Amino acid sequence: MSNKQEFLQSVRESLKKRTKIEYPKIPTYEKENVDLKSLFEINLKLAAVDFYDVSSVEEAQKIMQEKLPDTKVVCSATDEWKGNKDINKIARPQDLADVDLGIFRAEFGVAEMGMVWVTEKSLKVNAIGFLSQHLAVLLDPANITENMHTAYNIPGLFDVNYGCFVMGPSATADIGAVLVRGAQGAKSLTLFFLKK
Amino acid sequence: MKVALFVPCYIDLIYPEVAIATLELLEKHNIEVVVPLNQTCCGQPTANEGDQKNSAKMEKVFAQNFQDLNVDYIVGPAGSCVKQIKLHFDAIEQTEKVTAMRAKTIELVEFFTDVLKITDFSDLSFPHTVAIHNSCSSIRGLHISSRSEWQEPRFNKTEELLKTIQNINIKHINRPDECCGFGGTFCVTDEAVSAKMGQDKVSDYVRNEIEYVVSPDMSCLMHQKGVSDKEKTGLKFLHVAQVLNNGPF
Amino acid sequence: MKKVNIEKNAAAFIYQDDVHVTEHDKNLWNARVKRDKAASEIPEWEELRNLASAIKEHTLTHLDQYIEQFVENAEKRGIKVHFAKDAIEHNAIAYEILSSHNVKNIIKSKSMLQEECGMTPFLEEKGINVLETDLGERIQQLSGQLPSHIVMPAIHQTKEDVAKLFAEKIGTDPNDTDPSSLNTAMRNNARPKFLVADAGMTGGNFAIAETGTFVVCTNEGNADLTASLPPLHIASIGIEKILPKVEDLGVFIRILSRSALGTPATQYTSHFSGPRAGSTMHIILTDNGRSKRLAMDEFWTSLKCIRCGACMNTCPVYRRSSGLAYSATYSGPIGIIIDPTFDPKKYSELPYHSSLCGSCTEVCPVHINIAEQIMDWRKVMMKNKEVDFSRRMAFKAAGVVLSNPKLFRVVEKVAYNAINILPEAITENKTLDPWAAHRKLPDVKKETFRDWYIKNRKSNEQ
Repeated sequence: MSNKQEFLQSVRESLKKRTKIEYPKIPTYEKENVDLKSLFEINLKLAAVDFYDVSSVEEAQKIMQEKLPDTKVVCSATDEWKGNKDINKIARPQDLADVDLGIFRAEFGVAEMGMVWVTEKSLKVNAIGFLSQHLAVLLDPANITENMHTAYNIPGLFDVNYGCFVMGPSATADIGAVLVRGAQGAKSLTLFFLKK
Repeated sequence: MKVALFVPCYIDLIYPEVAIATLELLEKHNIEVVVPLNQTCCGQPTANEGDQKNSAKMEKVFAQNFQDLNVDYIVGPAGSCVKQIKLHFDAIEQTEKVTAMRAKTIELVEFFTDVLKITDFSDLSFPHTVAIHNSCSSIRGLHISSRSEWQEPRFNKTEELLKTIQNINIKHINRPDECCGFGGTFCVTDEAVSAKMGQDKVSDYVRNEIEYVVSPDMSCLMHQKGVSDKEKTGLKFLHVAQVLNNGPF
Repeated sequence: MKKVNIEKNAAAFIYQDDVHVTEHDKNLWNARVKRDKAASEIPEWEELRNLASAIKEHTLTHLDQYIEQFVENAEKRGIKVHFAKDAIEHNAIAYEILSSHNVKNIIKSKSMLQEECGMTPFLEEKGINVLETDLGERIQQLSGQLPSHIVMPAIHQTKEDVAKLFAEKIGTDPNDTDPSSLNTAMRNNARPKFLVADAGMTGGNFAIAETGTFVVCTNEGNADLTASLPPLHIASIGIEKILPKVEDLGVFIRILSRSALGTPATQYTSHFSGPRAGSTMHIILTDNGRSKRLAMDEFWTSLKCIRCGACMNTCPVYRRSSGLAYSATYSGPIGIIIDPTFDPKKYSELPYHSSLCGSCTEVCPVHINIAEQIMDWRKVMMKNKEVDFSRRMAFKAAGVVLSNPKLFRVVEKVAYNAINILPEAITENKTLDPWAAHRKLPDVKKETFRDWYIKNRKSNEQ
């Protein structure tokens, strides 16, 4: 295998032919008078996310029970919501394969996209975000940033080893270009606006 | 104003009426027109194939015919050929004369909208449903119309000239700026794809009940008409000069 | 390597039936239309494209320092970084890591780079099972075909094709062509395999020098499953994927999926800056011809490519050929300009599979001048005599005739006589005259314009 210096040398040889180009300044494209929560909700809808304003976890739990009455295994990554499978007790991520409903609190939302940001901190075990058949996500409505520029400008975003912008349930259009929800990851994602 | 008429090779042989219409149209607007009689081809077919060596031969003949003329513009009724002169034409030495010649070459529609600034043809009548076809060279090379791929203000210089004509019904087809598949030598070297593209373009016209296809570029129309006639659709194809000059048809 | 006869392959795709080319063309044109709609909703769209292009050009012209910065920061976070100068080294490194962990089964998400290196057949030969997790890639894996499109690998297959394939390979009902139930069938078939994988392999859409982070964008969440389950994660990343700063992602994430499918973003945008607790993470940073391309004056900007596929969706030729006609990892307009760098003889025909309409250049989110590069490749092929002898001779003849005015006039007369004297059986013969297969011949006139002009306007003759 090539060592680093040989590898870089090939690049440097080629760069002798290239004129250097300057790095551009990147604006944040924030718009005037944006109602972040409304914009966020418009894009959540486009991303096939059902959302509700609730004042307690109990309210959210009731809604999920009505939506998915056949749910058996519930696993939560946040202490606010108790499931029947304790995420702190699992030995391996694969043990979450039987989870019907996974729950976590997202760290913030991005209005432009209807995305929520989750990390190893909010997920505890990363796999819960992707093995769960369905997801319920809590979000403080005060934690919504305007767009991808403002999101990526948040300091310390990559201090965690894993972070993911999740935009709705999983999807694919690989078969006959027909959009289908519930590809490999979650089949549905429900979001509850609930202050922390 | 004095201009030279650039007569593309296929127009000389197959569509002389387009050159006649262009000549008459310019003369009607008090333009003095000279026609170099030893012109042949702009070199586009071989240039498109990457054959710089043979393109150079044709470019030399073109330059010999046009570079010494004392004219304000060299007007060509063909977007792809004019694009070749203006944007490519680099197989021969770029002398001052060649550079000046290339700079004053202009396509017919743009000559009217941008130089003469004449767009009023309301004294004519053309009571038919018309689709406008701008060649890919005209759109993306000469910018004769806005590009659907870009977020930019929409305009169409060919339409500007035609829309004042009485009783004309200009219709936009489903894929107005999708390539029709001519592509020069492409139409014979990649025949299956070219024919399919042509058939799809013709179907688009038929689906939209078009009677006439009008274009500043006869080369595309040659291919489209070939497909259309084989399928017996009854579509008619005209160069914009023929419409604006009211003939010859 | 045998030269790819792309025209023949494309013709075969068109003529197989009335369904495949029509569906393929319709679906990809829809993607183009959706892209335009998504772009129209962003007032700063054209600024974003300019920024994306500028960021890439800056990075590429300073690539050595950004590679160093990326490696330093990735290693700080506990990621092991390896350097592969070509496909052979890439595969050897992958195998070395996998075998040192006694890996028997791997799951992987989509990676064009791994495709390029032929990694899967290499590993399978060594006894390692490789499972594609992306649905389109899995369909292609089961079909024994290369992916046909960078973003939608199985888009050339109809749902009827997929139903037949799944019936054969995973035991579903061949008459059930509903995409939803086919998807569910594959979800249930693949899921148990994810759970027993020993290692996961991904690609990387972007790699951030500032933090040593790599980013993977998927709609299915398969990269996240691949990364969050097995205790070993290997990412193959081409050196051209590097970006300088975190804030660059604001630009690229906003334009990638809008250009590809017309959606604001992919469902999952995943950022990896270090291994999960109790697991190992490796990056195989790969060159495989990229540094060589960086030295090519006409072609280096093709390295800006962010693999969105917008050029494929807009290309009228690609839509009627399908990606398989190109017989290469990369197809469509971007494929035409980078495949000859991998094998100029095998892919010498590819630059001619274009009508030069230029739409690819216009849609590219990073402003690669694709159509111009296609022209430049033709010049290279002509110069190196990679083009068919008969075609070169035809152009030599054209050059002679069209550069000699008197000879041109003679040929014009001959053409007129030939077309009018010869019977249609000959002039309209498909074999002798490819024009005539689907088109009527144009009417060649007896009197050319020049003849008319001399007759009617003699006084103006110069």
